Amino acid sequence: MSGSIPASPTVEAVGLGAVAPRATAPLSPTREAWRRFRKHRLAVVSLVVLGVMVLAILSGKLVWRVPIDAIDFSAMLEGSSWAHLAGTDDLGRDLLARLIYGGKISLAVGVAAMFVAVCVGVVIGAVSGMASGRIDAVLMWVTDMFLSLPQLPLLLLVIYLFRPSLKALLGVQGGMFVLIVVVIGGLRWMPLARLVRAQFLSLREKEFVEAARALGASRLRLVVRHIMPNALGPVIVAGTIEVANAIIAESTLSFLGLGFPPDVPSWGRMLFDAKDNLDVAPHWALFPGLAIFLAVLSINFIGDGLRDALDPRRVI
Amino acid sequence: MSRAYIIRRLLLAIPSLLAISVILFTVLALAPGDPFGELATNPNVPPAVQAALRAKFGLDDPIWLRYVHWLVEMLHGDWGFSFASRIDVETLIMQRLPVTIAVLGSAQILAILVALPVGVLSATRPYSLFDQVANTLAFVGFSLPTFFTGLLLILLFSIQLHWLPFVFRTNLSSTGLTWVWEEIRQSIMPVLVLGLFQGASLVRYVRSAMLDVIRLDYVTTARSKGIGARHVLIRHVVRNGLIPVVTLVAVQLPIVFGGAIITEQIFRVPGIGSLLIDAILANDTPVVMGVTFVFACLVVLFNLIADLLYVWLDPRIAYR
Repeated sequence: MSGSIPASPTVEAVGLGAVAPRATAPLSPTREAWRRFRKHRLAVVSLVVLGVMVLAILSGKLVWRVPIDAIDFSAMLEGSSWAHLAGTDDLGRDLLARLIYGGKISLAVGVAAMFVAVCVGVVIGAVSGMASGRIDAVLMWVTDMFLSLPQLPLLLLVIYLFRPSLKALLGVQGGMFVLIVVVIGGLRWMPLARLVRAQFLSLREKEFVEAARALGASRLRLVVRHIMPNALGPVIVAGTIEVANAIIAESTLSFLGLGFPPDVPSWGRMLFDAKDNLDVAPHWALFPGLAIFLAVLSINFIGDGLRDALDPRRVI
Repeated sequence: MSRAYIIRRLLLAIPSLLAISVILFTVLALAPGDPFGELATNPNVPPAVQAALRAKFGLDDPIWLRYVHWLVEMLHGDWGFSFASRIDVETLIMQRLPVTIAVLGSAQILAILVALPVGVLSATRPYSLFDQVANTLAFVGFSLPTFFTGLLLILLFSIQLHWLPFVFRTNLSSTGLTWVWEEIRQSIMPVLVLGLFQGASLVRYVRSAMLDVIRLDYVTTARSKGIGARHVLIRHVVRNGLIPVVTLVAVQLPIVFGGAIITEQIFRVPGIGSLLIDAILANDTPVVMGVTFVFACLVVLFNLIADLLYVWLDPRIAYR
């Protein structure tokens, strides 16, 4: 009984006797990971759903040629029809076109913010894990302090305060994009830093690292060639889930009216505009809300599948 | 637990709070927004009056001096004066704080009431049908952003069914039992939205914490001594498994505050979350600083409580 609970229903026990002798040649690590990922059925379904969404967002403009800002007062707040598949908003603008446009923003913000968070987190975690001693203590104190910052208030504050100056510098949309990405990424690197540090602390004591060190590998080479590749699995998993979190964060900002300007229809912004017309035009809020939900849910499930594939020992 | 540990831990919280306040203050001070921007463009205010006002509020001093000034005043209980509402910041915050704490507290209780039994049951039968359904629902729960669930609930219960009011009111005219009933009715939706979101993310932590304990040898020992399954679960597994969950509840608090700001905005609950948004939009710097600092203090406070609870619950943890 004890110790017999696998980390996930699709992961084989990695204990003694569990490894069956294989008749065929061993698979490459990537193929092996893909084999394990495939067993997580919901993750595979999510991969398909997300793939379809991304495809629709990228190519939607070619098929659905309605402009996002064509105002039509004869078709205000209408439900689904052949002319407007997802209905229209209070100015008669086509919601499907706006959904496609908003999807591009949400996904781009999500991926870019994830990169910022991963870069900062990996650098801080790696330095902290390799340096140990005083540098480690200071970096971890900074990490803990960032963790106890009230995130959403700070996010709102920074965005609101620095919006005008960045707008002037990079244009309305570009400035907003850079600001949102940097701020979301800059407030979400802490869990990653802790994760990377923990990985480094255990990996750097392993025999293969010691062997490389004995062979005269430099510290940088140790990190880049030996420790980092082995620490990457959990980072990829955390990074995937970070995309979902960043999408929610961006939508939250836009929903509170502090994200992208009104003429840029991100999903959160559409919800913000729709919330005062819930009684007459529920479809206006339902479509962008469902889009956020589907994107976030499928990314979360993919993250869970990746955990089975890349980091099978971890439970949660 | 030794008293020395408590004192040490309390002292350690002070530099964190100071650092947080420095960060918040610097962000606010570096920002281009100016609470007297409107004054400068108003032709009716002579430049001499403007300068006097700026000097009175110390707006032209260097940042560090303003910070020290703010800190000293704050420690004396003077949090500044709201430019927009024309009352003291601490009075304003004190007016709004109880509502937020009530809603947040009930939501947390709901979250724990949902997450504990579900997580424990899932852990006792891992990968059973119940576990898989619970796991999938948990994924759905924390993938649904609170602002969307809020709108969905309003759509269903207020607009379609007309069961619940969708605007939170503090000036209810009724008294006695009707007042209690009205309060409950208007709090159901905000509490539900926040509590279910929190509960969904907590379920998986509870489950994995229980799984860590359930496979330990002492649980097998207890079982083989012939103690009933129920008794083993409650007295031996849950008691020990809950220890890491205590920390998790505290660590998740910053996210809970984020959720509170959103729900307060959707349901128009007059708490400090909506106060913050109003203050940000009105460029009301002292209020913004005060509210964010209150949030930060609450986070640090709950981390402290969690740390102390952790040592108290688990004597194996050495307190240095």
